Amino acid sequence: MEIREHHDHDVLVIGAGGAGLRAAVAAAETGVSVGLVCKSLLGKAHTVMAEGGIASALGNLRAEDNWRVHFRDTMRGGKGMNDWRMAQIHAQEAPDRVRELEAWGALFDRTEDGRMNQRPFGGHTYARLAHVGDRTGLEMIRTLQDHTVHEDVDIFMECTAIRLFVVDGRVAGVLAYWRPTGEFILFRAKSIVLASGGIGKAWRVTSNSWEYTGDGMAMAYSVGAELLGMEFVQFHPTGMVWPPSVRGTLVTEGVRGEGGVLTNSEGDRFMFRYIPELYRADTADTEAEADRWAAGDRINNRRPPELLTRDVVAKAIESEVEAGRGSSHGGAFLNIAEKRDPDYIRAKLPSMYHQFKELAGVDITKEAMEVGPTMHYVMGGIKVDPETAESTVPGLYAAGEVAAGLHGGNRLGGNSLSDLVVFGRRAGEAAATVAKRQQGWREIPTEELTSAITKALAPFRNKDRQNPFAIQEELQQVMQHKVGIARTQEGLEEALQEIRALQSSLETCSANGEGAYNPGWNTWLDLHSLLVVSEAVTLSALDRRESRGGHTRIDFPDSDPEYGNHTTIVSKTGKQMTTTREPVPTPPDDLEKLIEEGV
Amino acid sequence: MAKRIFEVYRGHEQSGQLESYTVDVDEGMVILDAIHRIQTEQAPDLAVRWNCKAGKCGSCSAEVNGQPKLTCMTRISDYENEGTITITPMKAFPVIKDLVTDVSQNYANNKAIPRFKPRPKDAEDGWRMKQHEVEKAQEMRKCIECFLCQDVCHVLRSHSKHEEFVGPAFLVRTAGYSMNPIDNEDRTEFLKERGGLGYCNITKCCTEVCPEHITITDNAIIPLKERVVDRYYDPLKSLVRLIRRK
Repeated sequence: MEIREHHDHDVLVIGAGGAGLRAAVAAAETGVSVGLVCKSLLGKAHTVMAEGGIASALGNLRAEDNWRVHFRDTMRGGKGMNDWRMAQIHAQEAPDRVRELEAWGALFDRTEDGRMNQRPFGGHTYARLAHVGDRTGLEMIRTLQDHTVHEDVDIFMECTAIRLFVVDGRVAGVLAYWRPTGEFILFRAKSIVLASGGIGKAWRVTSNSWEYTGDGMAMAYSVGAELLGMEFVQFHPTGMVWPPSVRGTLVTEGVRGEGGVLTNSEGDRFMFRYIPELYRADTADTEAEADRWAAGDRINNRRPPELLTRDVVAKAIESEVEAGRGSSHGGAFLNIAEKRDPDYIRAKLPSMYHQFKELAGVDITKEAMEVGPTMHYVMGGIKVDPETAESTVPGLYAAGEVAAGLHGGNRLGGNSLSDLVVFGRRAGEAAATVAKRQQGWREIPTEELTSAITKALAPFRNKDRQNPFAIQEELQQVMQHKVGIARTQEGLEEALQEIRALQSSLETCSANGEGAYNPGWNTWLDLHSLLVVSEAVTLSALDRRESRGGHTRIDFPDSDPEYGNHTTIVSKTGKQMTTTREPVPTPPDDLEKLIEEGV
Repeated sequence: MAKRIFEVYRGHEQSGQLESYTVDVDEGMVILDAIHRIQTEQAPDLAVRWNCKAGKCGSCSAEVNGQPKLTCMTRISDYENEGTITITPMKAFPVIKDLVTDVSQNYANNKAIPRFKPRPKDAEDGWRMKQHEVEKAQEMRKCIECFLCQDVCHVLRSHSKHEEFVGPAFLVRTAGYSMNPIDNEDRTEFLKERGGLGYCNITKCCTEVCPEHITITDNAIIPLKERVVDRYYDPLKSLVRLIRRK
């Protein structure tokens, strides 16, 4: 099949969630030509599902809050694996980015005195998340979407990028196809911003949608970009567990932020037994203290242990279930009904109320929810320069979940939405600045294009062979059971072999019908990315023989200081995927002191 | 596990037919689960649009037994006493393939709405608004762009006035901007002309299908109609305008 459509832009953004939209706006504001490619319809990207809020030290509730406290919380939450400079930039710039959303039409919930309200969340010292009930992501994506459509940005909806091209050492373009027609489209660009999100679809139980197949990471890897910290995968502690068809669907941390408590089948509020040393001084040690905090006295009481970081809470639930103290469907109980009256719950958690009522037949104003860990987010991703978000491939930028560094070994809730706008903007600006200096576009070699298209159409030439959905399901089982929340050397080694076997069987798949809107074929294409990132996660997890943040090894249950000084890098050597170790950047003394001793 | 028969539209805008699939149904399954099961086990090329599968993104709209529904939030057990379940694409839009429709007109309509324009800031760090002042607009901003209201609206569904009438979803969007306490833009002319607000004769069908339970007719459309009437049809104001113009 030939390419019918060619487009040239100064800056091309791939992905239209919060990071992609913010990058597109930033680039367009400098006057360069901008294209925005989105895998789904505009406004449907994963940002729309974010619930709890966007973190920034506005200090609207507690004047003591400032970027230093936010920076420290982020670094401690990341268990020493963060890029300190990204964490600093993030904490410093997030308040302006949140205020900017308000100036663009976002309507956050208010405080008594008419400012943006802020909600407590796990790992944040002060109430810090600006929010709109439990639909903050919807407010954010709609605001950015409506702002973007009035800027000079060409938007390509239901268009999937499948292959990047690098010419003379710089990124030069990308091959994509239109989902509705199956036709190919070639974009040339002077710089490209990847904002294509994460990799959740590799796991069986996940809060992520079909789109989350690691396309950006896999494409970047294939042209030589380094991937960083891929072993750090966030299992959100509270996904739905029943009925089976919704297993994994997110239950916002906002439920705990608003006072919800976790109990096991014996009625024990078990989180008090799982407080790590790092957080002991900041966490309530009796139910009475936690309840006083939840009732509003936040000055004289410490936070409930339900608001420990996500890695801690997820592992605690997993341990309770393992010990036979789980709910009948293998989760824990999350109860807000005991702590708040029905009107408050419906006002603050409206979509949780509807989600449980309509999908599980549970009234959360009267009954407990059943919850358990669900794959939610990957801290790892494309390694970027903290100032410009440029990857190790010149001209290729990455922002949002597809990039790595900010969150280290574990991300704090609310820091993702702020990440999107802080680094989306920086990536868009830097990409535009560089594009302006470049005359004309690089020619993409015809033979590279032809071979990419021939490869993409291979399953139509195979008749009556393996179904791509079967491979996807096999991969999800492997990742769920062997590269899940608790890992072992043996399991990871088996997983690695199985992933590589699946990579070969991918070539024996067939697709029926035609190219137009064909989910079987689309899934086959996505699987190439999904298998690359699955291999990267498994290899990185094998290399880290310790437990830290979102990476837990049953055979090495403790954190090992030896491993606390380096990150894991995945890159392509010839046709092989290899891992190397790289020192974690050391913060300057004043910031080091801040992390250790507090503000 | 029970077996259920689903009749699913297969084809394009010009030609297509219902095809019958027998599916094993487990407890708690929604319509979208059944479509996915057909896809993975029987017809990998069956086209359906979906993303979040939690009622938050509004991608998976279709018609179940002729009723506009979000297929991810519609439980199969709701149809316990009915025999075959029929799933067809939204009728108000051209079919691309199977259950997927061309909704691009909606994006054009959205772009036509004059954008949000804030008044000058109240303080250095932004604006001051009370919670009760923002709640009206917040109701409008719950819209997930599922387009079910557009699908059910007879102006669009039966009379195909897509060019003349932006439809309930974009009246909700306009109301969301205009009810924002700090918005300073005047959208009255847009509503009357390009928006085609006059086409709506408040039958409330849109309100009934909204999965976000936005009271579209009462809280969005009627207040907007009042603005247009005040501006263009209030005799006293018309007189004032006439005098001023002279």
